[in-house]
Amino acid sequence: MTANGSSRDYRDVVLAAPVTVPYVRYSIRSAHWFVAQALARLLTASGLRKAAVDGLSLGSFMLAPDTAIGVTQHLGVTVRWLDHLPLGGACGIVALRRALRAVQCGDAEVVACIGADTNSVDAFRQSLGSFSVFARDAVFPYGSGGPNASFAFLTDYYMRRYGATREDFGKICVAQRDNALGYPHAIFKKKLTLPDYLNARLIADPIRLFDCVMPCAGAEAFLVMTRQRAESLNLPFVTVRSTCERHNAFPDDPIQTRGGWVLDREHLYGAAGIDPADVDFVQTYDDYPVMSVIQLEDLGFCAKGEGPEFVRRHTFTTDGSFPINTSGGQLSVGQAGCAAGFLGLVESIRQLTECNLARPVANARFGIAVGYGMITYDRGLCSGAAVLSRAAT
Amino acid sequence: MIPPLPKPPRKNPILRTRLPLLPPSARSRAALGLTAAASRGRFELQVCNDCGAVQYPPRESCHRCLSGKLCWRAQEGSGELLATTTVRHSHDTFFQERVPWRLALVRLDVGPTVVAHLHAGCPPAPARVRLGARLDKAGQGVLVAFPMDEVPNMADDRQLREMTCDPKFRKVLVTDGKSAVGQAVVRGLAAAGADLIWVGHAEPWKETARFAELATLPQVALLPLELTDSQSVREIAAEIGGKVDILINTAEVHRTHGISSRSGVETARAEMDVNYFGLLRLAQEFAPAMRARAADGQSSAVAWVNLLSIYALSNFPPHGTFSASKAAALSLSQCLRAEMRSSAIRVINVFPGPIDDEWNQTLPAPKLSAEALAKAILSALQDGVEDVYPGDVAQEWLARWQESPKVLEKELSI
Repeated sequence: MTANGSSRDYRDVVLAAPVTVPYVRYSIRSAHWFVAQALARLLTASGLRKAAVDGLSLGSFMLAPDTAIGVTQHLGVTVRWLDHLPLGGACGIVALRRALRAVQCGDAEVVACIGADTNSVDAFRQSLGSFSVFARDAVFPYGSGGPNASFAFLTDYYMRRYGATREDFGKICVAQRDNALGYPHAIFKKKLTLPDYLNARLIADPIRLFDCVMPCAGAEAFLVMTRQRAESLNLPFVTVRSTCERHNAFPDDPIQTRGGWVLDREHLYGAAGIDPADVDFVQTYDDYPVMSVIQLEDLGFCAKGEGPEFVRRHTFTTDGSFPINTSGGQLSVGQAGCAAGFLGLVESIRQLTECNLARPVANARFGIAVGYGMITYDRGLCSGAAVLSRAAT
Repeated sequence: MIPPLPKPPRKNPILRTRLPLLPPSARSRAALGLTAAASRGRFELQVCNDCGAVQYPPRESCHRCLSGKLCWRAQEGSGELLATTTVRHSHDTFFQERVPWRLALVRLDVGPTVVAHLHAGCPPAPARVRLGARLDKAGQGVLVAFPMDEVPNMADDRQLREMTCDPKFRKVLVTDGKSAVGQAVVRGLAAAGADLIWVGHAEPWKETARFAELATLPQVALLPLELTDSQSVREIAAEIGGKVDILINTAEVHRTHGISSRSGVETARAEMDVNYFGLLRLAQEFAPAMRARAADGQSSAVAWVNLLSIYALSNFPPHGTFSASKAAALSLSQCLRAEMRSSAIRVINVFPGPIDDEWNQTLPAPKLSAEALAKAILSALQDGVEDVYPGDVAQEWLARWQESPKVLEKELSI
């Protein structure tokens, strides 16, 4: 595998209009409804007419038998650039990368990037057995524990190998819940204490209830456009300093303890022109707390295996040291299918444009949003990240 | 340590008998290679013919060199237990009734990392373990991580018992106890801890050697059972059908000769009447009752065994009509297996080569002793396999048949 080569920067292309379709545990609406609501909110937030959106990127698992093309007619939009990304936790970062280039190259002027999914009462169970060929053949018939069982393996191994404790993971979950208490759209609205976390019901040892995200319905979205367009619309925006994307990294590792970020972090910081120390907050892809720790290591905030020590040194709250998942992350906001891949990006845009719904991180200039996901067999295959920056005034 | 399986308490007749559920059974075609091997008690993985890479999960092409030439090869199965978990919340109804359920993540020495059911005898991770393949309740091949060495009460592991048909504490019907094979099976079952063994015997006036001895075993109850008589089968099924956990059909009629050396169809009809229609009568009367009890606690109805013949695969002309009756029985047995599948009752087909009895008198050695055949049947139950080819002759015929059914037919017609 090669490291990232030198790639063009994203000068003059920006992200604006972060929107959320509030999450609900279950919905009788289809994913199309959530896509439509997200698009409507994008138009309201930007003041654009529907016809002005000439690019559409959709991250969704639940559109079947439709793909993005069916959705164009469903929503009555005419676009000249279209993308469909059922990539779960990575779809936001991947959508962002493609849309930035499309706008930069003039293939589209305004791209709506939407992550949306619904959740009916039995939908999550039904999705597990058909998530991937490998899951159907070689994972689901074994106890049918879903992602909880898969991440239980990774958590069990990481704890033994690197000395992480339940308290370490609990600290992350408790801090994120504190962050979520300041965010109106979080599914969980009750304070979580460390004893609550430690004594919760066992789900798949060593994973307990509050290590798991809550599947729900909802949507997250933003617009990609030129800086000039954003300025003419008088929209607050953020710039993108650098991004990375990697799929099926380290296939020969016996078990996942690292992701593609290890291959790409040098590029990520180099192209961004910053060091890890300059980062003011990180939105990890927190489908389970062990993955947050692995991402912090792989993104260079501490060395491999020093994650537990790093956790013990920081508070992770918006008002403390090293804020992560400033709106609460999936662990507290909920996991609305592919919207989860957008959650960190949308929150980052809010943090860097003074459009906060959650409590602000004071004087934040740089934030990283992380994408991770698609555990089609024994490990998450996708990893990605984006360094976002407050627009220079 | 695995505690020995306790003798199940008597069934409470007031409680509703639970309905059988299956674990998730959908598989891609490529993945059925694991099932096909496990049905014969083998652990095989996909291997690339071009570059030799061993891979799992099964794929359509080699993950290393992209070759489409893949085959399945037996594996020794040793590996490193990387991580374990115990599922306490399952998304599937079958497992919901059975949690907590132990799972392993194992790095095989030959390369792939696999998810497997975890035998309770395995030490905590990290540890060396041995992977094996079993058929699960859905009849699909699954991987099981076993301890490297035998541990006490190995077969009593709660999860493993869901994949096997161990006769321990179970009630068994052996349809014909008069043959040497039937008697050996009954003695084997008694030694394996069967709770109760009904032994069928047709033609009560006919004495055979050592048959009377069977009745002295405390587990044994003799039953007059005539497979050529629908009424007889129906009456016995009405009496014991709701209690039989394992049915072992050892009844067969075997006469020599092919077509031209005998006139008339009476002999062939007698063979068909027991070997084929006898199975059909049994299946019609016993299968519904057994299916209803497929989830009846620790010692539920679990297996159906058919004594076929290796001649079912390809006709052995010197025993031509017998071969035809066994081929018919094999075909019917596949139908029975399909119908039993939704109830998780395993249909086991046994394909012996020539048995050392009076009807194979003129055939050369090696011939299968009744004891060896009985042992193969017991092992099939204990290991939960679906197809058994006991003895050297059966193994050789199987290999020839697998390589080319047409070549085998030509060889046999000379």
